[in-house]
Parts: sequence; C-alpha cells; structure tokens
Amino acid sequence: MMRFRSQLRRRSLFARVLGADRRSGRPVPAGMSGRRRRHLAALLPLLTALTGLSHHALAESVTVVSWGGSYARACEKAIHEPFTAETGIEIRLEDYNGGLAQIRAQVETGNVHWDVVDMEMADAVRACDEGLLEPIDVGDLPPGADGTPAARDFYPGTVTECGVGTLFYSTICAYNLEQFPGAKPSTIADFFDLEKFPGRRGMRRTPQVNLEFALMADGVPLDQVYAALRTQEGLDRAFRKLDSIKDRIVWWEAGAQPPQMLADGEVTMTTAYNGRIFNAQVLENQPFVIVWDGQLLDVGQLAIVAGSPNLEAARKFFSFSTTVGSLVAVGRYISYSPARQSGTALISTHLETGVDMKPHMPTTPENAARGLQYDWEWWSDHIDEMNLRFIAWLLR
Amino acid sequence: MRPAALVLPLAAFILVTFVAPLLVMLGRSVHDPMVADALPGTLGLLRSWDGERIPPEAVFESMARELLKARREKSLGRIATRVNRVQAGLRSVLLKSARRLRGVPRPDSWREAMIAIDPKWDQARTWHAIRRAGERFTLRHYLHALDLDQAPGGGIIRQPPDLRIYLPLLRRTLSVSLGITLLCLLLGYPIAYLIANAPPRRANLLLLLVLVPFWTSLLVRTTSWIVLLQTQGVINDLLVAVGLVADDQRFSMIYNMTGTVVAMTHVLLPFMVLPLFSVMRTIPPLYMSAAASLGASFPQAFRRVYWPQTLPGVAAGSLLVFILAIGYYITPALVGGQSGQLISNMVAYHMQQSLNWGLAAALGGLLLGGVFLLYLLFDRLVGVDRMRLG
Repeated sequence: MMRFRSQLRRRSLFARVLGADRRSGRPVPAGMSGRRRRHLAALLPLLTALTGLSHHALAESVTVVSWGGSYARACEKAIHEPFTAETGIEIRLEDYNGGLAQIRAQVETGNVHWDVVDMEMADAVRACDEGLLEPIDVGDLPPGADGTPAARDFYPGTVTECGVGTLFYSTICAYNLEQFPGAKPSTIADFFDLEKFPGRRGMRRTPQVNLEFALMADGVPLDQVYAALRTQEGLDRAFRKLDSIKDRIVWWEAGAQPPQMLADGEVTMTTAYNGRIFNAQVLENQPFVIVWDGQLLDVGQLAIVAGSPNLEAARKFFSFSTTVGSLVAVGRYISYSPARQSGTALISTHLETGVDMKPHMPTTPENAARGLQYDWEWWSDHIDEMNLRFIAWLLR
Repeated sequence: MRPAALVLPLAAFILVTFVAPLLVMLGRSVHDPMVADALPGTLGLLRSWDGERIPPEAVFESMARELLKARREKSLGRIATRVNRVQAGLRSVLLKSARRLRGVPRPDSWREAMIAIDPKWDQARTWHAIRRAGERFTLRHYLHALDLDQAPGGGIIRQPPDLRIYLPLLRRTLSVSLGITLLCLLLGYPIAYLIANAPPRRANLLLLLVLVPFWTSLLVRTTSWIVLLQTQGVINDLLVAVGLVADDQRFSMIYNMTGTVVAMTHVLLPFMVLPLFSVMRTIPPLYMSAAASLGASFPQAFRRVYWPQTLPGVAAGSLLVFILAIGYYITPALVGGQSGQLISNMVAYHMQQSLNWGLAAALGGLLLGGVFLLYLLFDRLVGVDRMRLG
C-alpha cells in the first residue's frame, strides 16, 4: 500500500517536471528547452532520492487520536517523544471528543487515516462489536514491572477484545474557591444546590455521567444508581433532578473547556476530568478544588482502528504505550493512574512541581470510596436511546 | 431534436448528482435488508410463530447458528445496532449470546442455553423486536419521525412524552419559517418598492446593495452576526457604553432562537426582494397616479390598485423563502444554540452522529412531502403560471 502510494508520488513528480514545458502550451524559446532538459536530467536522480526519503519518513508515522489539552500534552511528553526517539516513528496527533461517528465513517468508506485511538470504554466495546477496531492479543504485550504476564497485570475488566486499559480517570465536580468564600461545596448534592451555592454549572453535553450525578445528588445510594437507571422511574428521577438546574447549565464538549470556564468565571462549579483540574491547580496555580464525592471512575482504552494504514507501526506504538513504564510516566504529568496492577505501587511525584501524586489519583482508596464505577456495559446498550431522550430534554 | 440534445449533459448531471441520490436516500427510509439477510432462517421460522408463547426450539437453534455466523462475518455489531433501535437493550443480549455460544459444544437445548445466557430470550417482546427489525420494507422510520411507534402486538402508539422530539421540532420549524417569511416580506416589500420606483441610476445602486450581501459567503454573513450579537459583541458593548443596559444585564441575542431568526432573515431577504422587484418593475407608476386622480387616498390606492398587482411576486418570494427556511441547516447550527435548533439539525444528527440513515431519510422525506403539499396548495390559491421568480 505504502510502496504503491510512493510510486504514484514519484510518477506524478516526474510527470510534473517533464511535462512542464508541454503543459504550458506556449512554444518554448529556442535554446532554452535543451538546456532546461539537461538540468532536469541532472536533477532526476536527486529528485528520486528525495521522494524516496520522504516515502521513508511517510511510512514511519502513526496517527494517534486523543483528547487534546493537558492530557494530550502529558501523553506527548511521557509516551510519544520517547517512542519517536526509540523507534524513529513519528507521531501525528489529532484531537477527538469521544463517540464512534468519525471512526465508523472512516472504516465504512474504506478511507481510514486514524491508526491508534484513545477511547472511552463504552465506545471501544461498541466499536469492537461493530468490527471497527483491530482485535488485540494481550499475550503480545510486554509483562508487568514485576514480570507478571500482561494478561494478569491489567486490572480485571480493563482488557477487552480490541483494546486494553491505559489509565484510570474520573469525572468529578470542581469549583473555584474564589466564588465561595463562605461555605464550601463538599458533596455531589451541593453541585445541584443552587440556593446554597449559586452560579452557573458546567456539564458535559452527553447523557453519560450526568444521569449518574443527578441520581447520586438526589440521594440514591452509590450501589443502586445503575439499578435505578434501569427503571423508568429512575430515569424520570434523574431527568427531573437535571431539570432543577437546567437553565443554569453551560454545556462543554472538550475536556479542556471546563478548567477554562472555571478560570473565566463563566461557571462557579463544573464537572470535569480530574486530571485537567489537577493540572490547572499545580501548573497555573488556579484556586480550584475537586469534590471527590460522587466521582465517576472510568478507564481509558487504547485501540487500533480496523484497516489502519500503518498497522505495523501502530502495533509497535500500541505495545510501547501500554507498558508499565509508559503508563506510570503519564501519571507524572497528569493525575491519572495506570490500569496495570504492577504500576500502582510506582505512582510517584509530579515531574515539574514535585507534588506527591497519590492523593490526587482517582483510584486512591479514600477518593475511590466515595465514587462510582462507570457501567460501560449498560451505556453501550442504551447510549442511542439515552442520546435521543437527552436531546428531547435539551430541546424542551 | 438538436436543441434537446444540448440539454443532455445537464440532464445527465442532474440525474447523477440530484435525482439518483435523492431516490437512494428515500429508498433507505423504507428499505433496510441488513437484518433480513443475516437471519433468513430464523425470520422464516418466526413467520409461523403465534406471537404469544416463546418460540420453539428450532427457532432458538437457527438464531444461535445465525448469530455465530454473523459474528464470524463481523456483521453482528451492525445487526445488533439495528435490533437495538427497535428495542433498546437487545444489542448486548445479541452480542453476549454470540460471544458465549461460541465455545459451547452443541447443547441439549439451545433454548435453555440461550435463556441461561440472558433471560430476555424468554420474553415474547424480544422475538417481536427481532421480527420487526428483520422486515425488509418498513414504515418504522416514518413512524419514528412522527413520534409514533408500533406496539408489539400491532397497532400504532405514540412515543412516551420524553422521547417525543420530531413533532415539536417540526412544529417549531414550521412556525419559525413562517415568521421568517413574514419578516422578510415586511422588510423586503418597501425595499423592492423603493428600487422599482427610483430613477435608474439610484435603482442600480440600491439593487447592488441587495446583491452584494447575496453574493457574500453565507459563513461570513453568519459569523458577522455572531460578532454583532454576542454577549461581549458590538451591539451589547454599544448599549452598555451608552448606559442603556447594565454591564451584567447584557442581552443574550445569539445561540438561541433570536439569533436563528435574525441571521436567517438576513440571509434569506434577497430571495424575497428580487422576485418582488421584478414584479414591481412591470407595474407602471401611472396606475397609482390614475387612482389618486380618481380620488383614492394613498392607502386606498395601494390596497386596491398596487398590492393586488404585486401578489405574484409576494407569493413567489414567500414560497421561496419559506421552502429555503424549512430546510435551513448551517445558520441554526452556528447561531441557534440549544433552543434555536430546527428539524434539519436532527437530520444532520442522524446522518453524522447516530448514523441512523433510515430515520434521517424519513425526516427528509417528510420535509420533501411537506414542501410538495405546499406547492400544490400554492398552485390552487395563486396559480403557478402567475408566479414570477425574478
């Protein structure tokens, strides 16, 4: 495939150079054409060599799709740069905000230009079922830091047919300390309490996570949230709770938006990915506080798009970025913890500021105790239906 | 014969780029053979099922085999998605069953094996849903586009109130389009009158002022409105500077219905002005003078002499603006925010996000039908041959 494309490139270059005179349609001044031809003849080997080089550079690159902002920067420093240094394969980074639409469009039209995608669990499972991702053999991945085979090193439930877990992250709510000089929000219920804590609220424009938050805030115990979502009454209850703050919600789509909205004072509280808030805290000294109560813990999945044009390089990148070393390294830039068991003990400090990362990780026992594990299986079944209901609710 | 031959390239072009895609899309709204092709045996057996009791063992066996086959051919995900659209929650039942049945040697009873995997196999509803998803030709998408659904036992029911999206949106789209048409008429009529009755040099200049925005890119015009109308935008800044509005009380005029109406009226205004102008140009000013000389006041003369003669232009302009407005997509998507979305944005959602092209096609089909009805109505009331488009 690659070779074929480079031949095409080469031929078109030849055509462009040799046909230059003919295509202009104007008679070439006498004496000129011969000289130009000779120059070209001398240039040709050079051109061939150059296209050959560019072909080489082109073949050795992988398009990696991730979530932008401080998370993508962390991955760049911790994984992409060392990977390029070691293998010479270049990484082309693209942004994405979840969902299957773009991947489906690429695979179904046979025009795939993404290689490796960092996905949400529910999306990865659905994409795999639809044949949009390459199957993965965990046995091929390097073992854990203590020599445990990869298959047993990943936390149970984080390995699927087409992907493996990378990092645990959570959606939390956070507020700007300057906005609440008196009483401070401390529970997810406070997020929905406009009387005690006035101001606009930021929320991701999806039904996922928000329905869970609404139920927890409405007093449903953690272990009964998904049971409640399986019933009509539970769903109605969640939407009613969302209704109570609907006209104060500012919707966000990309993970980089909520810290910005908090900093600009556009909202007083927002849901956000915990790592983004952490980075704003330590790198920009923003007075943001994370409310761990009611956090929704999920694990990222790395997967390869079916029909990836650079499959071999993509597999190399896949295996490189799911080693314990790589996962732990990301955790030194942003507060996401590795999905490999042998990595948990290796969590250390923030590389730039020396802050101890353990208290900031979503999986740290005291943080995890107040949170809920995201049920991707339920969501992969109900996402279409919930999206429609969510849109209907938004339009009302 | 020869003049007709000259049109052939154009006819071919329209056929390939317009008529054919339109027909294919409309076809998709009623035709989806995917599930029927994947589960032929099961669907054949289900044809003789009574619809009440749980189907016999043979159906389960055929289902299991066809699920496994679809899994091997990697089409199971797409099939499960389609069944899931008929009844949410069946997606994982199908996928899970295929996954677990894979390694299993031939069980004594497929029925028990499958019910053990998921109790939903023990419900008649599930089989109804599979049977319905397996219909090659279906009006399901049109029902959904009208917020209706087929009851499991047959008969048509309304969707639960929380899932009713399209009818309210259609109603909103129609009323907004009507409002925009009226606004365009109110704003466009005087402009057209002015141009039609100005001396030629001034008329040309005025016409240019109408045409330049018409020639300007839609995106440029729409984003200019964002610059003008946003909370920190030109108009709000001016109002605050003058002291009419407090700084924390700025108007929100964009990313809502106001933004949609303002920007769309501006974008569609030339489509009203040009037909009006072309009709008014042909009305001799002498008629109004004659009416005045016979003692009619200006309003009277306008109402009884001038207005009736401009009706073909009014009708043509209104029809044009209204039809364009119902299908408008870019402007509401850019400046409509949440409350300013129209039905076309839902079509885009199903085309690009949920990838439910059948439903998108059905929504488009409904719009097309609506426009066609309108055209017939218009023909009845005004007469198409009297219409002047410019």
